[in-house]
Amino acid sequence: MERVELVTEKDYGDGRREESLMLNMGPQHPSTHGVLRIVLYLDGEIVQQAVPYIGYLHRGIEKLCENITYQQCLPYTDRMDYVASICNNIGFILTVEKLLGIEDEIPERAKVAEVILSELGRIESHLIGIGTNAMDLGAVSAFLYCFKERERIYEILENVCGARLTTSYPRVGGLPRELPNNFEDMIRNFIKIFPKTLSEVDKLLTRNKIWINRTKDVARISADEAVELGLTGPVLRGSGVPYDVRKSIPYLGYENYDFEIPVANEGDAYARFLCRLEEMRQSLRIIEQAIDNLPDGPYIADLPDIVLPEKEKVYTRMESLIRHFVIVYNGFNTPKGEVYHAVENPKGELGYYLVSDGTGKPYRMRVRGPSFINMQSLPYMVKGAYLADVIAAIGSIDIVLGEIDR
Amino acid sequence: MNQQEQEIIDSIKDTLSDNIKNIYEFRGETSLTIEKEKLLEICKRLIDEYRFIYLADLTAVDYLEVKIPRFEMVYYLHRFDKDYEGNTRIRIKVELSGDEPEIDSVTSLWKGADWLEREVYDMFGINFKGHPDLRRILMPEDYEEFPLRKDFDVRNREPSKKSFQNDLISGNN
Repeated sequence: MERVELVTEKDYGDGRREESLMLNMGPQHPSTHGVLRIVLYLDGEIVQQAVPYIGYLHRGIEKLCENITYQQCLPYTDRMDYVASICNNIGFILTVEKLLGIEDEIPERAKVAEVILSELGRIESHLIGIGTNAMDLGAVSAFLYCFKERERIYEILENVCGARLTTSYPRVGGLPRELPNNFEDMIRNFIKIFPKTLSEVDKLLTRNKIWINRTKDVARISADEAVELGLTGPVLRGSGVPYDVRKSIPYLGYENYDFEIPVANEGDAYARFLCRLEEMRQSLRIIEQAIDNLPDGPYIADLPDIVLPEKEKVYTRMESLIRHFVIVYNGFNTPKGEVYHAVENPKGELGYYLVSDGTGKPYRMRVRGPSFINMQSLPYMVKGAYLADVIAAIGSIDIVLGEIDR
Repeated sequence: MNQQEQEIIDSIKDTLSDNIKNIYEFRGETSLTIEKEKLLEICKRLIDEYRFIYLADLTAVDYLEVKIPRFEMVYYLHRFDKDYEGNTRIRIKVELSGDEPEIDSVTSLWKGADWLEREVYDMFGINFKGHPDLRRILMPEDYEEFPLRKDFDVRNREPSKKSFQNDLISGNN
């Protein structure tokens, strides 16, 4: 973005002076969703320019992953978009599977379970996105309704993965263990209960006069500009571009599910909210279809070079023990080459670019985080807007600083 | 990849054949290595003739002691039809030498390249000619090293800590 003269001064000569105000927002600010610092140049209450400063949460995940095996990279991916870590995990696992060329050998049961879990992750992230956006603008009750439902998703994830937030769940080749016995009941229960919460949030916000006033025509971005900036996710679809990785470049068999991509044309914060709300309904549809078609059978592929042997065999058989050691110590060997694989995360397109030199460790791992690129649009959105709209804009982009800074 | 996408990729290979140094295909993805000087020209043609109006990703890879030239810039482009459909993707690569790597900025073609190029500058120390605001983005502004380079010493990753200790010893705080 081209720079304007940052601090403009005007001296009237008779003792009166005028200058634009520089306001520092963050890094510790309750509505920046983490450690984001924005320097705002204000003329009265109008934002002349906003300059975001990021990197306060930089942990160097890309560098760390160069020195560890592929399996060991998995927990690091949790820590990026930590409100939907299961989606990050699945994205990474799919990339490694693409690198190894074993996509066709993944059992159907694992694929369907991964679809269910990533849609649960999407609902969870959108609940937080909508809830915190509403809370930032003063509607605390909507936030509480959202968080109540999110708890239910965490219970499912805890039963499946053993962890609530940092799931580290699937493995290369499929699932690490059989799904819990009550998995189907939990999901069916969730399908029954969730529409009620959704309609509660819908009633609380969609026709709420204050909410509409605070978000309509705020933080606008046009379709052309959104494409030029490389935005993805609800921010792009809220501007009228029907691009969704699940439809354009299907993975995990998404082409077999019947769902729609919600698009709104206004390109403002309200349109993004509507997109997220409708996306949750569509996610629910996908979960419903998936749970009906959850096949029986193996949960992990039969690939002795890549997949760890069963624990029982490790304890009782020499060969399995050796195999276990080799895979854990050296990692599995990958073919030389480079792959990029994208998944549709709740916040947009999450892409992993892996360069392999043939060993068990990635030579280079690059993460294309959707929040990082969506965040770029903030200065364009808030230019000429009121200071209070900056809060609405940040909330409507739905950023996670763990993913921006990596 | 369906037939239509393959046709687009093939047609690009034909029209740009003079400028392509190397074609690499792996797992259904096509990478074209092009001349550094031709980058802007070729990207402009890809946008105008093929509607690769969406920059999906921009990054760099350091191939220290693996090959010469050392750096490789990677541009991953996505093609949109008139009604924003289509899923053709292509990877453009440019090789850069190790001493004072420099390349033209593509921010004039895709605005979204702004932060991506700043990140590459921050992590690899590659200079982008014509970038409007080339500053560090993730690392502190006074940081001197480039962390994603392969010769970066991971054990000595906190020069700030070192200077802090020196200050403590000299009583200069």
